[in-house]
Amino acid sequence: MTDAIVVEQLAKTFKTTRALDGLDLSVPHGAILGVLGPNGAGKTTAVRILTTLLRPDSGAAWVTGLDVLREPQRVRARIGLTGQSTAVDDYLTGRENLELVGRLYHLYAGEARARTADLLDRVDLVDAADRTVKTYSGGMRRRLDVAASLIARPRVLFLDEPTTGLDPRSRLGMWDLIEALAREGTTIMLTTQYLEEADRLADTIVVIDHGRVIARGTSDELKSQVGGERLEVTVATESAVEAALTALTSFAAGEPVVDRATRHVVVPVSKGAGILPEVVRELDAAGVALEDLALRRPTLDDVFLALTGHAAEEEQAPNGRPGEGKGRRRGRRRGRDEAP
Amino acid sequence: MTAITSDAWATTVEELERRTSPRWAVSDALVMTVRLLRQIPRIPELLIFATIQPIMFVVLFVYVFGGAINTPGFAYVQFLLPGVFVQTVAFGGAATGIGLADDLQKGLVDRFRSLPMARSALLLGRTTSDVVRNGLSVAVMIAVGMVTGFRFHGSALAVVAGLALLLAFEFAFSWIGVLIGLSVKSVEAAQSGGFIWLFPLTFASSAFVPVDSMPTWLRGFAEHSPVTVTVDALRGWFNGLPVGSSGWQALAWIVGILAVMVPLAVTRYRRMTR
Repeated sequence: MTDAIVVEQLAKTFKTTRALDGLDLSVPHGAILGVLGPNGAGKTTAVRILTTLLRPDSGAAWVTGLDVLREPQRVRARIGLTGQSTAVDDYLTGRENLELVGRLYHLYAGEARARTADLLDRVDLVDAADRTVKTYSGGMRRRLDVAASLIARPRVLFLDEPTTGLDPRSRLGMWDLIEALAREGTTIMLTTQYLEEADRLADTIVVIDHGRVIARGTSDELKSQVGGERLEVTVATESAVEAALTALTSFAAGEPVVDRATRHVVVPVSKGAGILPEVVRELDAAGVALEDLALRRPTLDDVFLALTGHAAEEEQAPNGRPGEGKGRRRGRRRGRDEAP
Repeated sequence: MTAITSDAWATTVEELERRTSPRWAVSDALVMTVRLLRQIPRIPELLIFATIQPIMFVVLFVYVFGGAINTPGFAYVQFLLPGVFVQTVAFGGAATGIGLADDLQKGLVDRFRSLPMARSALLLGRTTSDVVRNGLSVAVMIAVGMVTGFRFHGSALAVVAGLALLLAFEFAFSWIGVLIGLSVKSVEAAQSGGFIWLFPLTFASSAFVPVDSMPTWLRGFAEHSPVTVTVDALRGWFNGLPVGSSGWQALAWIVGILAVMVPLAVTRYRRMTR
């Protein structure tokens, strides 16, 4: 049996921007694929092609064995999509929204009603069911949005950055829901900018950049490529940088990154928080005065740095951190079109 | 689902996939129409636009211009109301594009396009529900018109013919609105672009004043505009007077507008996948 999602050499160019540049993917039935990448990497373009919203310039894609380009209408019946921007009708109630989408999937009225009741319960919107969506919070709207994409009980679910903009509590709730859906056998393709999210949910992760896959594997495999957690040390004086580096060598699981101007040393480490007391002792013994010491998990930046040698986002919004403050419309702002 | 409490979840997507008969296309358009009709009472701007504004038009025109404009053979209210009806539904039809632009901007259209619904339902639901919304406006205007002294003097058949023509005219203008709504990038653009062209079209017509009071260069345009011929037909039917060829001319305009606008709008909508 073929995989639930198969993508071969998809390419798509918008004006001069090459959004997809020979993307290959496959997702086995019932698995969660995490698609990780910065703004403009091509994640949303891939989702839009797979959900029949966009036609590629070249390449092919199959969802549950159906050719997305040749049989889009059959594909639509089998998939659910939660797009990057929440797509619910503000002027309808939560219940009306779900019944509407159910009817448009060609459920009979009774089926749509009963499924709506179940789903409202499932996404914890029973109390708000008969209020117009305009009165909902961002988290509630997103939950309703996801519920709408579940009403046909799709074989394959596409979630495009489902937790972007959610508060931490809503994010955890969404993760629980996604995990439960996968347990029930739904194949899920999930795009995200958060390594932590892909880490927690995905069976397999692909990292994409400039429209092509630059790494794939389980979260553990990727992490070992990236080198686990980061020990970040800021020393008090510039002269102490060398001493700190020497003292930290025994902990390093990869090449340290040093910024002398900011007296900043970042060392990939393989062990967790347990090493901290020892690190402090070593630095102390070496006579290094510390300004700051932190152990953090690898970020998308670290993944990119490790995999590509460049940061996640080169051109970016003023004072924005990579992956933050993105607009509602797709970022097609990569202003270059050279092959990577 | 973890708790399948009913048979509601028994139908599989493979079965849904086979529900493709024309009956479902009709169902889809109806579902979309109902969605939009539900919105009307919940969007204050829309409700005001559909009811209060037509009332103001009737009352203002009757009492402000009523004494000043000479309409031989008519009481001004009998002359004016068909004009106000047509102007109101022209604007009401063009407003179709605003709601559509709103759906596009919010990403709702993407959701609809990812569903196995009939491709026609989005645009058909819009234009159909707007016929109902504008029908409501017309009913309100007739009621207010009655209060200001308006009466139907034509036969029941003539009145029905007039109202049918009015709503057909609205439907045609709705498709112009659809094309504008699909072509612009924002709701604001749909608002200005959707209406600006209607001012010369509706005022340079027989809607409010007799065309022969206009300068010659304008008269040529005004005499043949779709607004004038539709207003003239309504005026005849509602007042029990002969309509001459204006009824056919109005119908020809409506058919012509639909013949051009529907394919353009549908093509534009289809192209959005690229």
